[in-house]
Amino acid sequence: MAYSDKVLDHYNNPRNVGSFDKKDPNVGTGMVGAPECGDVMKLQVKVNPATGIIEDAKFKTFGCGSAIASSSLATEWLRGKTVDEALAIKNTDIVNELSLPPVKIHCSVLAEDAIKAAIDDYKKKSENVGVESKAHA
Amino acid sequence: MKLPIYMDNHATTPVDPRVFKAMTPYFTDTFGNAASRNHSFGWVAEDAVEKARKQVAELIGATAKEIVFTSGATESDNLALKGVAEMYAEKGNHIITAATEHKAILDTCKRLEKEGYKVTYLPVETNGLVDLDKLRAAMTDKTILVSIMYANNEIGVLQPVAEISKIAKERGALFHTDATQAIGKVPVDVIKDGIDLASISAHKMYGPKGVGALYVRRRNPRVQLTAQMDGGGHERGMRSGTLNVPGIVGLGEACAIAKAEMSEEIKRMSYLRDKLKARLMSSLDEVYINGTMEHRLPNNLNISFAYVEGESLLMGINEIAVSSGSACTSATLEPSYVLKALGAGDDLAHSSIRFGLGRFNTEEEVDYVAAKVIDVVQKLRELSPLYEMHKEGIDLTKVQWTAH
Repeated sequence: MAYSDKVLDHYNNPRNVGSFDKKDPNVGTGMVGAPECGDVMKLQVKVNPATGIIEDAKFKTFGCGSAIASSSLATEWLRGKTVDEALAIKNTDIVNELSLPPVKIHCSVLAEDAIKAAIDDYKKKSENVGVESKAHA
Repeated sequence: MKLPIYMDNHATTPVDPRVFKAMTPYFTDTFGNAASRNHSFGWVAEDAVEKARKQVAELIGATAKEIVFTSGATESDNLALKGVAEMYAEKGNHIITAATEHKAILDTCKRLEKEGYKVTYLPVETNGLVDLDKLRAAMTDKTILVSIMYANNEIGVLQPVAEISKIAKERGALFHTDATQAIGKVPVDVIKDGIDLASISAHKMYGPKGVGALYVRRRNPRVQLTAQMDGGGHERGMRSGTLNVPGIVGLGEACAIAKAEMSEEIKRMSYLRDKLKARLMSSLDEVYINGTMEHRLPNNLNISFAYVEGESLLMGINEIAVSSGSACTSATLEPSYVLKALGAGDDLAHSSIRFGLGRFNTEEEVDYVAAKVIDVVQKLRELSPLYEMHKEGIDLTKVQWTAH
């Protein structure tokens, strides 16, 4: 199967590879997929709690070239977006941007799931922080 | 050294130039139909076919009359299984095969099951080999055929065919082997190995595509087959259809070359394969060989690079032609059923690469491939959340994954 130039570009020069400290209260971590299914994505967002803007995003992906490209692209799109804007990213946006063929659509679904899981994790953490600080007060 | 490098010789092999040279006159000059009995064009073609029949027979210790030419190993497998099942239906309705067989065997067995035959699919051990006690236990008085491949097309393991055929014979069953990957690569002897039927393919042994053969034993016992192709009664009535004379000449020549050069080629293939294996295993951690190294084709290496997905690895080594057992590289989007049958877990199937060395690979190519694979695996592991978790000491089997 031939890959689109954009998939090849992300595969050859993946953006924002790496990890943040999962325990950082401003970091949300999403890990989706399973090794036996052949793809696992870990996507992390670092949110400025004052503005709600995602200041940085990182990923690591075990999966095919399209899965790597989907998550790499997701980190690019996440940076600078608010948490709510991030939740509006749809897998079809990723499909269109990377020209993914039908058999690779699940890679984009996985990337959308990873975004949602990361934001979810961040939200839960910040709520807990809120609860704790109230308790202390 | 020229790129890309072809190292997928279990899929197919290039035609040896000597084979090609032997074939060419039979397209244009001596183009006769081997079944034309009344003119020289036919006689020349027939002589060429009979010479090839002898060359094929000599490679496997058979006699020329025991060779039936076909369009390839898939047809040979179909003819052997369906032909025996139909011919011996009164004797019994049970066939035994193995879970790691090629689809040409498995799908043929499924078809026979639909027609009322009973098929036992033996599991394999973690080393890829059939457990002989399990075979003994599966045999019944209704067993008419045991079909176990000689060498596996993915992991290259060599089944203990001599022992398997003995067990089949003790219970009066015939023994067929899909020897597509083995013939021409390792010594196969139908007498010593007790083979009653063997499938042969030309294009896996530096011959052309579209031609193969079925060895059908004529003595002790005389194996009979119900033909699966009706027509002019060619090949002693077992396979009708005008003979593919240039293809058959190519198969014959490929067999003659294999016979003459096999012992040297085994040494060379083993040396190159072992070098590749040593380089990969000394430079990378968490690398697993699939299937036993002890009983294996000299040109096969099937290896899983844990925490790296196979298709992404192929993408990084795009100037090297190899194949993967990863779901993403298969038409069905399922990981390799052969690797799954070893019980190693789907994750290692997704991470597997099959290297199939061949006659025309050089040591320089092996060095290049090893260096390139090491480089790409290291890069992809930097990207792999699983490798990171492994390095943190997390047991990945205990993680709650979100299956999708």
